Amino acid sequence: MAAVSEARSDENASPFRWLVVVLPYVWLLLFFVAPFLIILKISLSDTAISQPPYTPLFQGFGALSDFLAQLDFENYLFLTDDPLYIQSYLSSLRIAFISTVLLLLIGYPIALAMARAPLAIRPTLVMLVILPFWTSFLIRVYAWIGILKPDGLLTLLLHSIGLLGPEDQVQIFRTDYAVFVGIVYSYLPFMVLPLYSALEKMDNSLIEAANDLGCPPLKAFWRITFPLSLPGVIAGSMICFIPITGEFVIPDLLGGADTLMIGKTLWTEFFGNRDWPLASSVAVILLIMLVVPIMIFQNQQKKVA
Amino acid sequence: MAKTLGPVKRKFSPWTDPSAVPFIRFENITKRFGDFTAVDNLTLDIYEREFFSLLGPSGCGKTTLMRMLAGFEEPTEGRILLQGKDISGVPPYRRPTNMMFQSYALFPHMTVEKNIAFGLQQDKLPKGEIAARVEEMLKLVKLEQFAKRKPNQLSGGQRQRVALARSLAKRPQVLLLDEPLGALDKKLREETQFELMDIQHTLGLTFLIVTHDQEEAMTVSDRIAVMDKGVIVQVATPAEIYEAPNSRYVADFIGDINIFEGTVTTTESALGAPGKVTIDCDGIAVAVEQGCQAVSGDKVAFAVRPEKVRISPDQPADTSVNAVHGEVWDIGYLGDFSVFLVKLADDRIVRAAQANVSRLVDRPITFGDMVWLHWPLDAGLVLTR
Repeated sequence: MAAVSEARSDENASPFRWLVVVLPYVWLLLFFVAPFLIILKISLSDTAISQPPYTPLFQGFGALSDFLAQLDFENYLFLTDDPLYIQSYLSSLRIAFISTVLLLLIGYPIALAMARAPLAIRPTLVMLVILPFWTSFLIRVYAWIGILKPDGLLTLLLHSIGLLGPEDQVQIFRTDYAVFVGIVYSYLPFMVLPLYSALEKMDNSLIEAANDLGCPPLKAFWRITFPLSLPGVIAGSMICFIPITGEFVIPDLLGGADTLMIGKTLWTEFFGNRDWPLASSVAVILLIMLVVPIMIFQNQQKKVA
Repeated sequence: MAKTLGPVKRKFSPWTDPSAVPFIRFENITKRFGDFTAVDNLTLDIYEREFFSLLGPSGCGKTTLMRMLAGFEEPTEGRILLQGKDISGVPPYRRPTNMMFQSYALFPHMTVEKNIAFGLQQDKLPKGEIAARVEEMLKLVKLEQFAKRKPNQLSGGQRQRVALARSLAKRPQVLLLDEPLGALDKKLREETQFELMDIQHTLGLTFLIVTHDQEEAMTVSDRIAVMDKGVIVQVATPAEIYEAPNSRYVADFIGDINIFEGTVTTTESALGAPGKVTIDCDGIAVAVEQGCQAVSGDKVAFAVRPEKVRISPDQPADTSVNAVHGEVWDIGYLGDFSVFLVKLADDRIVRAAQANVSRLVDRPITFGDMVWLHWPLDAGLVLTR
C-alpha cells in the first residue's frame, strides 16, 4: 500500500505541488514577518515629530551604515526605567493567569458534560458553544456594560429577587472584576472546544476498566480522565492565555482607570503619546514574552513524544 | 442424547452433581434498554473453577449479561447471586470480579508495569507486595522485558497480554473476558487460547468468556451457553453442543451442518428412550438410531455433519435409507479437509467433508463426478425445535 501511494504521489509531482507548501509561508512572510521587522526597526529608532511619526524606514543602500548607526536600544532601556511598563506587563500576566484558571474551572465541567452527553445531542451542544460568535465580539462586550453598570440589569435582577436593598447597586463595573467577567465570558468557547475534543476522543471503557479494578469514579477522574485530557487543557490554556495577555477591548470597555493591561498601555503609547518607537518596543517585548515560553514548551513536548 | 457425551477436556463436571452449589447464579434476569429487551428472563448457573462461554451472534445479549455481572449495568428484573450473595446495587469497584475488555482498555499514559499495578494500588497493598505481584504477572504473560513500555509501543498480542495480566493481578474470584482474542490473528489466537486454559488451570479461577467465535468457545470452555435474542438456547459441554444440538439454531450456529426439513414416517420406541425414527425429507428417506420422542406425521428436521457423510463414486449396498446420489458441484480444499458440495437431482446441496489423509494432489473425486453420499444410522440427529 505504502509503495503504491508513494509511486502515485511522485507521478502527481506537478509544478503546483510546491505551491501548496510555499503559499502559507509566503502568507506568513508577508503578513507576519515583514510587519514584525518593521515594528522591530521602529522600536530601535527615535521619535520624529513628522508624518509618519518615526524616522524613515530605509533610505537606499548607501545609507546602510548610517541607518545601522542610528539604531539603539534606548526605547528598551526606557521601558525598564518607568515602572508603569513593568507593572503593566505583570498585571497583564496576572489577569491572564487568573482568567485562564477561571476558564479552566468553568470550561472543564462544561466540556466533560458535553463529551458524556448522548451522541445524538453532541453536535447541538457544540453549536450552542459556538453560537455567541454569530454576534460581534464588540457588541457582546458592550452588552456586558448594560448588565454590569450600577443601574444595569444585574442590579435590577438582584433588586427584584430581594438579594440587594433598594438603595444598593452592584459596584463591579469599571473594576478588575468586570474585566474578569468579560474575559471569561468572551474566551469560554476557546477553552471549551479544545477540552471537549480531547475528552470526546477518550474511550469510556478506560473509565470502566478503572472502576472494574477497584477505583471509585472520582478517583478514576483524577487518575485517568484528567491526565488524558492534559493536551486539551494545555491547548485551551494557551489559546486563552496568549490573547488575554494582550487584550485591549475588554479592559478598555469594562475595566477601571486603574486596570493596568499592556494592551491599554500600548494603545496609549501609539495613539495618546504618539511615541511609536516606544510603543513598538513594548509590542516586541510582549511578543518575546509570549513566544519564547511557547517555543520552550513545544520543544519539550517533542522530546517527550 | 443418551450416549455418553461428557467433558472431553478434563474430569470436571460439577453441573451434573445436584448437590453442587453454583458460584454465580443469574436468576430470572431481564434487561431492557428502552423498548429493546437485551436479556429476557434468563436463568443460568456457573460453577467455581469453571471455564464458561457465552456464545452467540452480536446483539444476542451475551455482553450485556457479562456487564451486569461486572456491575456496569443493573438488571431490570431478577437478581445475580455471587457465592449465594445478591450483588445487585454493588458498584463495579466493589465487586470481586475483574474484566478483560474487548478493546483492552489499557491506560495509554501508564507503562505496562503501572497498568498492571493499578488495581493493586486501589487495594492499598504495601509497595513491596505490589511490585512482587506485578513481577509475577509479567512472568505469567511473558512480558518481563516490556515492563517499562507504554501500551502504544506494544504489538496487538502484547497489549492483549498486558490486559490479561492487569485483570488477573487482583486474583479476582471471577475473570470476565469480553471477546478477548478478537483482535489477534488466527495463529496467535489459537496459541493464546491454550495459554488461557493453562492460566485458568494454574490459578484455579472461574472464567466467564463472551465470544462470537464458536471455535474459540469449543476450545477453551468446560461448558458453553448458546444465546439468541436474549435467551439461552442450550447450555452444554462443547461436545454435546456439537454432537447433540437441541435445536436448528444451535446446530446451524455451531460448525457446518446439513439440515433437511421433513416428516416423521415411522418410529420405534425403545423402552421409554427415544428409538429409531425414519423421516421423509421431500423424497430423501433418512433414519436415525436414537431419534426423538415423536409420532409419525410430526414436522421435524434431520441434521448431519458433513464430516459424518461418506462420499464415494460407488453405490452403497443399501440405498433405501441415508443415501443420496448427486453431482459434485463445488469442492472447497482446506488442506486438512476437502468439503464437497454435492447437488442432488432436485437442486438441493449436501455437504460432505473428507479428511485428506494421503498427499495425492489428484483426488479421485472431482468436479462434475456423479457420487453417492451415505451415512450410518448414528450419524444424524433429529431436531424438533
